[in-house]
Amino acid sequence: MKTYENTGNKDTRSGFGAGLEVLGKTNEDVVALCADLTGSLKMDAFKANHPERFFQVGIAEANMIGLAAGMTIGGKIPFTGTFANFSTGRVYDQIRQSVAYSGKNVKICASHAGLTLGEDGATHQILEDVGLMKMLPGMTVINTCDYNQTKAATIAIAAHNGPVYLRFGRPKVANFTPEDQSFQIGKAVHLQEGSDVTIVATGHLVWEALEAAKELHEAGISAEVINIHTIKPLDDEAIIASVKKTGCVVTAEEHNFLGGLGESVARTLATSHPTPQEFVATQDTFGESGTPAQLMEKYGLNAAAIVKASKKVITRK
Amino acid sequence: MADIQKLEALVTQVRRDILRQVHKVNSGHPGGSLGCAEFFVALYQEIMDRKEGFDMNGLGEDLFFLSNGHISPVFYSVLARSGYFPVEELNTFRLLNSRLQGHPTTHEGLPGIRMASGSLGQGLSVALGAAEAKKLNGCGHKVYALMGDGELQEGQNWEAIMYAAANKIDNVIATVDLNGQQIDGSTDDVLALGSMRAKFEAFGWTVLDIEKGNDMASVVKGLQEAKSLSGQGKPVCVLMHTIMGNGVDFMMHTHAWHGKAPNDEQLATGLAQNAETLGDY
Repeated sequence: MKTYENTGNKDTRSGFGAGLEVLGKTNEDVVALCADLTGSLKMDAFKANHPERFFQVGIAEANMIGLAAGMTIGGKIPFTGTFANFSTGRVYDQIRQSVAYSGKNVKICASHAGLTLGEDGATHQILEDVGLMKMLPGMTVINTCDYNQTKAATIAIAAHNGPVYLRFGRPKVANFTPEDQSFQIGKAVHLQEGSDVTIVATGHLVWEALEAAKELHEAGISAEVINIHTIKPLDDEAIIASVKKTGCVVTAEEHNFLGGLGESVARTLATSHPTPQEFVATQDTFGESGTPAQLMEKYGLNAAAIVKASKKVITRK
Repeated sequence: MADIQKLEALVTQVRRDILRQVHKVNSGHPGGSLGCAEFFVALYQEIMDRKEGFDMNGLGEDLFFLSNGHISPVFYSVLARSGYFPVEELNTFRLLNSRLQGHPTTHEGLPGIRMASGSLGQGLSVALGAAEAKKLNGCGHKVYALMGDGELQEGQNWEAIMYAAANKIDNVIATVDLNGQQIDGSTDDVLALGSMRAKFEAFGWTVLDIEKGNDMASVVKGLQEAKSLSGQGKPVCVLMHTIMGNGVDFMMHTHAWHGKAPNDEQLATGLAQNAETLGDY
């Protein structure tokens, strides 16, 4: 079993800020827009270094998406930044028509996704954003797991021509992926080899999946762990190959089970290799106020929940 | 000096194109299209500095964004007659596999279109983004936009209007088609807009009126004046007073023809009032 070292807790949004800072220096076409959340999105460094390429749009997200779409006409690569809730649900029609249907090269970068936003409560804890975004034709959907991966993904999506939804979060979480990783859109990352169950996780649940695999190992269960940072396009091949070996799968995500990673995996398997599956996800509910850890515990989105789901799915083989 | 007679002859032909497009497929939006025929012809034939051919980025030329995409028949006619694609393609309006979708889109690669529009209220934001990109690129050309008046009921417009003035986007000229009509009736009855001039001025825009938006000389003069007012630290708004359905007597001054196609007899009447000038497609 491979061991992964947490090099120190860091927030994924700071990974975004660091990636954007690099892009500011390496790609002069990159511009950034923010709807009054520059500090929360960690866009301060880009703003300080490139004030002429930073656009403060105020609390006006619909206009921000339209502005970003327009800036692509002239060759700019706009990165928009606000909370995930205001990046998706609030501006769905603007993204649909002005970005996705118009085929514009806009990078929608969304922080504070999911329950781990914490105490602000359900108005801000979107658990439906992945579903909204993955339904849009041509939209790439990425949910990164730690600081290093978020930084790498931020840099990588600038080189991809097309709309991207990049989802990350607020809390400081384990930072364990390599600092020098090359981020390949649509390519799953195998973290553990295993033979009894496949755990397919995304975002903050990837570290929890590794913790779960350790616990399962102690119980004599060999878990394969796959980090799916790109929910769309999904790495079907990697998932099918793994479940052919293990015969069952648990998906884990900080999102509603409707519309999330789990549904995408289920569709892939249903059409290619029907496989018993359990979903670690929120169960069609809104969140509430609380600390991130309390919320992940209450809504069943942690290592313990993954262990439980793994043991259950194995019995269904 | 603009050759007004020549532009008017093109307007007459554009009116025929509008009527024939919507009649053929028994769908589409003739009312607003007819009301904006002079505007489109003036813009593409006289006002905008355009390059040959079409590329999406449009560097080194003026750009135009249509926000009220339902008036696609006039947009398509003027684009075709300005050389962006063959006029015969107007025959495919709203047909399966056509590049001339019911509402304009980049999706099918139709030259001349830089964004999809149809869901209202989004065009001004996109135009402002393109204007910001022009400034970043050091391109001194201008960005034009057209919005419907009813469309200004959409809140996103006011986000954009506030942004443009706050950020001194003075390479944008946004025209509002003030025909006073929308689907359910007059704008006064549906949701009164109040004084557009007072609103835009309060938001920090330079505002000018084209009182006779269906008089070619007035439209050309007004747009030239708008052009001369740009580049002075403020965005420019043109309030263009038009008559919905202009040029076809039974379609004028009513919202009834917003989204309704003429039947065979009505088409014949409309065409008789607008004799062929440049040749039908």
